[in-house]
Amino acid sequence: MTTISSGETAGPGIADPGATEETHPKTRRRDRARPPKLKFHIRLRRDRSLLIMVVPALVLVVAFSYLPMFGTVTAFQFYDYIAGFFHSPWAGFGNFQQLFGDPNFWHAFENTLVLSFVQLVLYFPIPIALAIMLNSVLSSTARSLIQAVVYLPHFFSWVLVITLFQEMLGGAGALNHFLGVHDLGAWTVMTDPGTFKYLVTAQAVWKEAGWGVIVFLAAIAAIDPSQYEAAAADGAGRWRRMWHITLPGMRGVIVLMLVLRLGNALTVGFEQFLIQRYAVGSSSAEVLDTYAYYYGVVANNFGLGAAAGLFKGIVSLILILAANKLAHLVGEDGLYRSNP
Amino acid sequence: MSTTSLNRPRAQAARRAPKRPVWEEKPGVLGQFGKVLSLGFILLVILLPLYCVVITSFSTQGSINLAGGIVIVPHGLTLEAYRQMLDGDVVTRAVVVALLITLAGTAISMAVSVLCAYGLSRQRSLGHRAILMTFIVTMFFSGGLIPTFIVVANIFHGYDQYWALILPSSVSVFNILIIRAFYMNTARDLIDAAKIDGAGDWRILWSIVLPTSKAVNAVMALFYGVGYWNSWFNVMLYMPADSRKWPIQYVLYEYVNQGATMPGVSAHDIAGHSQPAPLSLQMAVVVLTLVPIVVVYPFVQKHFAKGALTGAIKG
Repeated sequence: MTTISSGETAGPGIADPGATEETHPKTRRRDRARPPKLKFHIRLRRDRSLLIMVVPALVLVVAFSYLPMFGTVTAFQFYDYIAGFFHSPWAGFGNFQQLFGDPNFWHAFENTLVLSFVQLVLYFPIPIALAIMLNSVLSSTARSLIQAVVYLPHFFSWVLVITLFQEMLGGAGALNHFLGVHDLGAWTVMTDPGTFKYLVTAQAVWKEAGWGVIVFLAAIAAIDPSQYEAAAADGAGRWRRMWHITLPGMRGVIVLMLVLRLGNALTVGFEQFLIQRYAVGSSSAEVLDTYAYYYGVVANNFGLGAAAGLFKGIVSLILILAANKLAHLVGEDGLYRSNP
Repeated sequence: MSTTSLNRPRAQAARRAPKRPVWEEKPGVLGQFGKVLSLGFILLVILLPLYCVVITSFSTQGSINLAGGIVIVPHGLTLEAYRQMLDGDVVTRAVVVALLITLAGTAISMAVSVLCAYGLSRQRSLGHRAILMTFIVTMFFSGGLIPTFIVVANIFHGYDQYWALILPSSVSVFNILIIRAFYMNTARDLIDAAKIDGAGDWRILWSIVLPTSKAVNAVMALFYGVGYWNSWFNVMLYMPADSRKWPIQYVLYEYVNQGATMPGVSAHDIAGHSQPAPLSLQMAVVVLTLVPIVVVYPFVQKHFAKGALTGAIKG
């Protein structure tokens, strides 16, 4: 589930994310006043280059996004690798019965929700705080240097990030060596199932929190500086200005990110868990996505895996709609608005 | 909230001299100290592991033994690990494979995305809204892991094929929308002017749009390129069996992260148990996966701030 900027995507108002409406209101009004009366074949000839340009992407999207969408029929089949989609025997809701009867599935579901909650509480505020702090750095050299460094881990792979964590915090890592030398015991954080949720959150913070700052920095930069000046003239101190100007100015973006986070509540990271599954065991590293992978691909029960995936997809869709509704209730745009 | 209205004040803010405004009070010593301390801590947390890994990869075995693992203060540096790594054909081949996948994948992704973004940039064109919605729907619904695997591996016979690491992830609708927004805003006037002069769409794209949108192209190429270079799970999914085909991330996973025996490098010990590769060698592999990113990153990073991204990423 990726994201779309600015307020329009669904409903009748639709469909031009991040685009021209705001910049060219005049053009748009003119266009609207002049509905297309051109014949189809004239438009076809006029736009044929444009249509040809879209074809490669369209082919790829149909092959690797739409076909799999129709492939969710697997969830209702006893999928047979040789018989394929069309000749596999139907299972009805058999896969779902098996899924909902499997304690491992509910365990994975619970893990997912717990991890999502921990990440929401411990991860979500960090980019916001970091953005406010970065914004207060006046020297542009220092600022761009810090930005360059905190954005960097976003571009590392999960394998790399986890390897780095292992080398620093793992059983044979730098920290435990230091503790060992000074007789302070060992800290088995990399393999401890109990603290695993905090470990993965720390890894997520290390990798992504810096990158998350970009959005909030843009929001802060959009705040009219004269507001600060007026507030300062009225005697508001640094903290009051942050509380009454900066944070309210970021409110729209914060709510938007929160909506996205809630909509993605069942996506807590996949590779991260897959890589560390052996180290900490499946009791704490199994989430919905890894469940689908292990029971589907590894254990060859494609129907069950697809059923788990479909369940996740449906719940996620409900969540994003609900979160968006919630955003409207508190008076923000959220991800989209159906009647602008 | 509107993308563009956010960008304009941002640009003004950037142009403002970085001096403290007159109305702002000087920060207290304690606050200043706290800020420097916390920012310093953040930089340390990010940079220290990278420093340690690089130093360890250059360290002699004696130095590693002395440190008991990861080296922080080096005693004796050597290029031995790199020599050994590039001799053993596993890592060398993995790097070549990963580079080829990254180059081919980025080229395909960029070509397809740029064409598509331009093709969707004219709102009155034939079928514009329907085609656009076809793309956007894929951002909200996806078949999920298992059906995708079946489609790629079973229907298209992509198992153990390199294209399976490239084509399924070659189109990012999100990236296309960012490029498209850029063409519709920044490049719009130029496009209109070119059209009045009688240039066709291919011509406009090639000689007007592409040269004027280098910033957004560079950032998108970085996104795609990093995606391919970092691709790990697709390897696990589509070609886990043949170690000769693995790209570097999977080699990193198998031989460093999971500590498997690296063929041709680490020997078996006296009792016949397999041994992971020496630490310096492992860290050299880590450094190798870092290098392309760290080399390319500074050239592209400066464009992040230019607003080519901030508006679009916001969502």
